[in-house]
Amino acid sequence: MYSQTEIIKDTSDTEGELVINVGPQHPATHGVLHLVITLDGETIKKIEPHLGYIHRSIEKMCESLSYRQFIYVTSRMDYLSSHINNLGCAHNVEKSMQIEVPQRAKVIRVLMSELTRIASHELWLGAMAMDLGAFTPFFYAFREREMITEIMEDTCGARLTMNYIVPGGLMYDLHPDFQQKVKAFVKQFKHKVTEYEDLVTNNVIFQNRMKGVGVLSKEDAISYGCTGPVGRGSGVHCDIRKIFPYEVYDTVEFDEVLETAGDSFARYMVRVREMNQSIRIIEQLIDNIPEGDFQAKTKAVLKPPKGEFYTRVETARGEFGVYIVSEGGTTPYRIKFRSPGFSNLSALEHMAKGSKIGDLMATMGTLDLVIPDIDR
Amino acid sequence: MANEEIKEYISSIQPTATFDETGEWLNILTEPSSWKSFAKELRHSKFDFDYLFCLTCIDWKTHLTMVYHLSSTTYRNTIVVKANLDRASPEIETVSDIWRTAEFHEREVFELFGVVFINHPDLRKLILTDDFEGYPLRKDFEDPINMIKL
Amino acid sequence: MELTEKEKAQNEFPGEIIDTPGGGIVVSSFDGLINWARANSLWPLTFATSCCGIEMMSTASSKYDFSRFGFEVARATPRQADVIIIAGTIVNKMGPVLKRLYDQMADPKYVIAMGACAISGGPFFYNTYSVVKGADHIIPVDVYIPGCPPRPEALLHALISLQEKIKSGLTREQIRQPKEQ
Repeated sequence: MYSQTEIIKDTSDTEGELVINVGPQHPATHGVLHLVITLDGETIKKIEPHLGYIHRSIEKMCESLSYRQFIYVTSRMDYLSSHINNLGCAHNVEKSMQIEVPQRAKVIRVLMSELTRIASHELWLGAMAMDLGAFTPFFYAFREREMITEIMEDTCGARLTMNYIVPGGLMYDLHPDFQQKVKAFVKQFKHKVTEYEDLVTNNVIFQNRMKGVGVLSKEDAISYGCTGPVGRGSGVHCDIRKIFPYEVYDTVEFDEVLETAGDSFARYMVRVREMNQSIRIIEQLIDNIPEGDFQAKTKAVLKPPKGEFYTRVETARGEFGVYIVSEGGTTPYRIKFRSPGFSNLSALEHMAKGSKIGDLMATMGTLDLVIPDIDR
Repeated sequence: MANEEIKEYISSIQPTATFDETGEWLNILTEPSSWKSFAKELRHSKFDFDYLFCLTCIDWKTHLTMVYHLSSTTYRNTIVVKANLDRASPEIETVSDIWRTAEFHEREVFELFGVVFINHPDLRKLILTDDFEGYPLRKDFEDPINMIKL
Repeated sequence: MELTEKEKAQNEFPGEIIDTPGGGIVVSSFDGLINWARANSLWPLTFATSCCGIEMMSTASSKYDFSRFGFEVARATPRQADVIIIAGTIVNKMGPVLKRLYDQMADPKYVIAMGACAISGGPFFYNTYSVVKGADHIIPVDVYIPGCPPRPEALLHALISLQEKIKSGLTREQIRQPKEQ
């Protein structure tokens, strides 16, 4: 009865309409997203997302993993901001067991988070430009991203799924070349951001394709639960780093970037300006990393007390929440990951109804969906 | 204290609700039969709870519990509303016309736990295959073919 | 002794290039020539389900460029692609889609399983109800790349191994047969 495929019996009022599939294997869907679109000519009348093509049953799997093991599965969920996901989980365990993290670990965690945010936005820029048909920004963006992954690889050992943040602090200490490489990266990035401005932002074709497309009003954004750059592009104050500050975000100066237009160009400008704000945070912290321990002393087997705990962090896509119900054992009783992409995707139909397919690609690009984050 | 005001307000509109303040936020336990009117009141009250950020379900082996995390974008208060459901035939009213984000969240809870949401506009499977049998996230779900136990 | 450009090209090329006044003569066998041409121009299909897809995109970008080995254009449609690089986990819902893509590709086609998830289910092996424990339950695989995710250099090594496999001219079954002792 409740299956996803519908049998269409009466077609009298849908004469002339065409139902097409976009995905699951499609170069512009950033993963395996299947959209069933009902078209009238080239105008979209209805969009239905079909999910589940990468549903790896992570929530069920985490019920049999210990509190130290389940953190690394979240790296694979939203793999472009893996440090920030790990941070959310580590916060949850630290909150429930009341572990105090040393100051050096906090500062390094923030540095890694901001570097990850820049890397994620770079990849978004490259991939979105490629969807709209521009191939050059892809290679430019990956050039900067490779510099960041090299820095990560020296310290953490891996390029993409870095298992570096543990409950209590960090896994290893920093590599001795870290500060010098980050400073070199900051210098190059500031130089190259003018290149992006010239190539993409000030391009007339790009602006015409993005302005006025995919409008989301402020009330709709709150009702659909859109957070991150999607919410901020519509004027919603939803930056967790400002509202519920964690780690050392209350001691550094940065602006929350807001735009009120609510269209694709506004979301694009929010992300580009966020990269600049992240550079500002990195510049303030890179010379002032305090000395000390990088990990607090914790027991080998973690057993939080009975209760429910919810923590939230600001990933590159929005608010990532971890909700753990624990019964006092070595494995969690129930884990729920509140992923930002799930709520952002539910607003897609509202945004793209009535527009053309080319506009749909521009809207989907600015939503910055990572499908394993949605399907979990 | 903001929690006191919220408690007073809720006791006036829903006398049967019980409170639990052991956690970080105010937890409210309510009846599933009166959930829809309670939700409407909360949404349009002076506290303006317009942001539903987490909707999930927990399987205690004797009953199921629906958990709703609500927050206000203007005053930054957060409350948690819970409702206990019968395990044999769990049913509750939908809130997808009040908070639009609940549409997808309720579809997910429906297919993973088996909770039927009354008056939901489009209650179908979202992330599992069409011919999947059973409710995977329940504690008594057994699948000897696919699940390899450690 | 340093090899000149011409000698290097001669070593690569299956056959003999004889220089005669008035032009050159190429002497070779058809099989060798066809295998050499196929191996040096494999076009991949853009198929990335999860995290390994990012490493595949990194390999395509300018630092670890794979178009210098012939994988110049990544086609989006399986009808024009030669090799499918399965980068990411395959779940029960995606299985029929993968099989249909493989069927739509034209012969000769090759498959590379990239990452731990495509080889055997990877980190999602225990206690999951929806993951296919290895892409070779669905389609036959030529090259396996371990790693989670594998480095771009590992993917390049796999692509070169695939090229050597094609140039040797043996089929999958011939390579798999144990050597007669």
